[in-house]
Amino acid sequence: MIVETGHYALVLALALALVQAVLPLWGVLRRDGALMAIAAPAAVTQFIFLAVSFAALTHAHVVSDFSVLNVIENSHSLKPMIYKISGVWGNHEGSMLLWVLILGLFGAMVALFSRMMPDDLRAAVLSTQAWLGSAFILFILLTSNPFARVSPAPLEGRDLNPILQDPGLAIHPPLLYVGYVGFSIVFSFAAGALICGRIDAAWARFARPWTLLAWIFLTLGIAMGSYWAYYTLGWGGFWFWDPVENASLMPWLAGTALLHSIVVMEKRDALKIWTIFLAILAFSLSLLGTFLVRSGVLTSVHAFASDPQRGVFILAILVFFIGGALGLFAWRASALKSGGIFAPISREGALVANNLLLTTSCATVFVGTLYPLALEALTGEKISVGAPFFNLTFGPIIAPVFLLMPIGQVLAWKRGDLIGAMQRLIIAAVAALAATRVLAAMHGEPVVALIGSGVATWLIVGSFVEVFGRVFSSGASLVVMFARGVGLPRSAWGTAFAHAGFGVTLLGLAATGWGVEKITTIKAGDVIELGPWQVAVQSLDTRPGPNFRANIAPSLIMSGGVAIATIEPARRYYPSRQMSTTEAGIATIGLGQVYVSLSGENPDGSLDARLYWKPLVALIWLGALIMGFGGALSLSDRRLRMGVARRAKAAAVAAQPAE
Amino acid sequence: MRLARVFICLALLSTSAFAVEPGEALKDPALEARAREISAELRCLVCQNQSIDDSQASLAKDLRLLVRERIADGDSNDAVRAYLVARYGDFILLKPPLKTETVFLWATPFAILALGGVALAVSARRRRGLAANIASDLTPDERKKLDALLDA
Repeated sequence: MIVETGHYALVLALALALVQAVLPLWGVLRRDGALMAIAAPAAVTQFIFLAVSFAALTHAHVVSDFSVLNVIENSHSLKPMIYKISGVWGNHEGSMLLWVLILGLFGAMVALFSRMMPDDLRAAVLSTQAWLGSAFILFILLTSNPFARVSPAPLEGRDLNPILQDPGLAIHPPLLYVGYVGFSIVFSFAAGALICGRIDAAWARFARPWTLLAWIFLTLGIAMGSYWAYYTLGWGGFWFWDPVENASLMPWLAGTALLHSIVVMEKRDALKIWTIFLAILAFSLSLLGTFLVRSGVLTSVHAFASDPQRGVFILAILVFFIGGALGLFAWRASALKSGGIFAPISREGALVANNLLLTTSCATVFVGTLYPLALEALTGEKISVGAPFFNLTFGPIIAPVFLLMPIGQVLAWKRGDLIGAMQRLIIAAVAALAATRVLAAMHGEPVVALIGSGVATWLIVGSFVEVFGRVFSSGASLVVMFARGVGLPRSAWGTAFAHAGFGVTLLGLAATGWGVEKITTIKAGDVIELGPWQVAVQSLDTRPGPNFRANIAPSLIMSGGVAIATIEPARRYYPSRQMSTTEAGIATIGLGQVYVSLSGENPDGSLDARLYWKPLVALIWLGALIMGFGGALSLSDRRLRMGVARRAKAAAVAAQPAE
Repeated sequence: MRLARVFICLALLSTSAFAVEPGEALKDPALEARAREISAELRCLVCQNQSIDDSQASLAKDLRLLVRERIADGDSNDAVRAYLVARYGDFILLKPPLKTETVFLWATPFAILALGGVALAVSARRRRGLAANIASDLTPDERKKLDALLDA
């Protein structure tokens, strides 16, 4: 009964989405306030129905209702509760339901929190969001129904893929989807601006917090996914240039570019056409990613051709929305006049350079991901595009961004002084050289790691030069400087932290060059030298789990005979799927990690193992957390807090008589 | 979801194999280093974008052993790659070779960068012209007023 309620709620959500898509848009075109006013309550109600639908599916998974096909295929009665819940989105149907839930969530949030927006713009935004919602709910109902029943119901389910039975599944997809799908609202803002002809600095101010929100979650989601892959895959890698990863990286690159160009639009009324284009592009790439992941086209072009129902449906959605938005863009954006004027050496100029490099790197990922598919479809020839390709193309294109970031931050708007900017950054350059010298003495080669860490230090220190310049002055007391620091706009601190976080990630990436790797067999009592540490294997055991059994190798990490950490690398076998997973034993020492993973058993009872010492590796993900923190600081800036527009207007009115 | 690629590999996993197992390594560290270098750029044919150096699939193990066999027989790195391409096609190379079919793949990123750079340079020049126009649009009277304001 609850399952049918969920199914029915989804149908009602579709009906509401259609109403929300058609009537407010008609209202905008006819300038009818009553029709426009339907959008907000419809968006909230649509979200409630989607939430009911999602809750119903979650309930079926939680109680292991094996009359539901989706539960049979992805659950098991013995599975721990956290994986029963996260298993809801660990499959195609459920993850699409999460997709539309987040789509609806963003619509509802705009309905609730963006009351200051002009009525027509808000109606047009919510209408576009509902067009998206209608298309995807229809997709679920017609091709991917998660509520399908089976009779007779089997006694036991087939269990969730063991790789997915990990806390990572509980965190990574929701974070990633909020980011990925969050760009839908930015897309809707762009379409709304084009429909209403409101492409101006005020639009940029309304749209920016949403861009920032989506970007924060996408950043955290990608980082979380990378860490998950790192600790489950068992060979210590964290980024594979896999098409599925690229699918999330492309919207991130476009979204990062958008985040910067929208600032120029808000402050200087320039780059308007370009910003609208990026807003369309970011979500178009999210749609493309959904197509790549959900259509099966990645597994094989031929598999896609033989069972094309889902793929063709998503492709149709993709063509309709991207084509529609670009058509609208071509029709309306050409009427725009370019706004603020600026010199090439200026804050705007630097942000334009940032945009050029980010969109080019995004295009590189796009070409590298789709070229093999296109080539195979057109000529039947199969090629592979992997890490070596991206290192040679993406690498050199993104590298100048690291060098330019601090410079752009200290340049003035409109017309900057490059020599002055470089003088202010001397301290960052000195710090970079010093860090390189110290690390060279500590770790030595390879040179790439030294250069990378030098650039990272430049970036970290350089990110704070601008805010420190506004806080410190010779002669000022600490109290004054503290007050200045607190008084700075939070977005200034946000920028500094987000940029520094990028530098921290880069430092972690550079330090991978100093890693130590040992491939060997281990048995109880072995002591293995690993960089500065010794790994002492205590015993080799087997241990049963709730729905698996595991080989484990409890070990001590020693430093000069003293134990400083314990790890328990394991290899699990899941009988219900006849699959094994690697649970790496990881000990974090300072910012580095000792990483031990196990594999096959040898006839003499010893185990094959890979042991790594990865100095500073934690910085890769810590940097992403700092980026997210910077984004959150910026989001909490008074200027961006929703509802501030009215107060600002009142202040402007009050200021006039005093003149 | 991003681990989808792994499913395929794990599905093909016969025994609990492992990327580069202890027993595979060549005795000579210099030769083994070459084998690792080559392996990192060869695709595990049944996986998605995983190199044979990283993959746990049994096919990857066979390929790793094959690479080491060729190296032990005295093949150069290029000869090992050529041997594998002859058997499996370009698909096995994670770095696609530059040829007619892949010109666009290699050229597009840099072409976009160059075109974008040129477009920006042109628009910057136009903006400068625009700025000059605006400045010269002032009448002498306006110019005087403006100077007075700026001096104040």
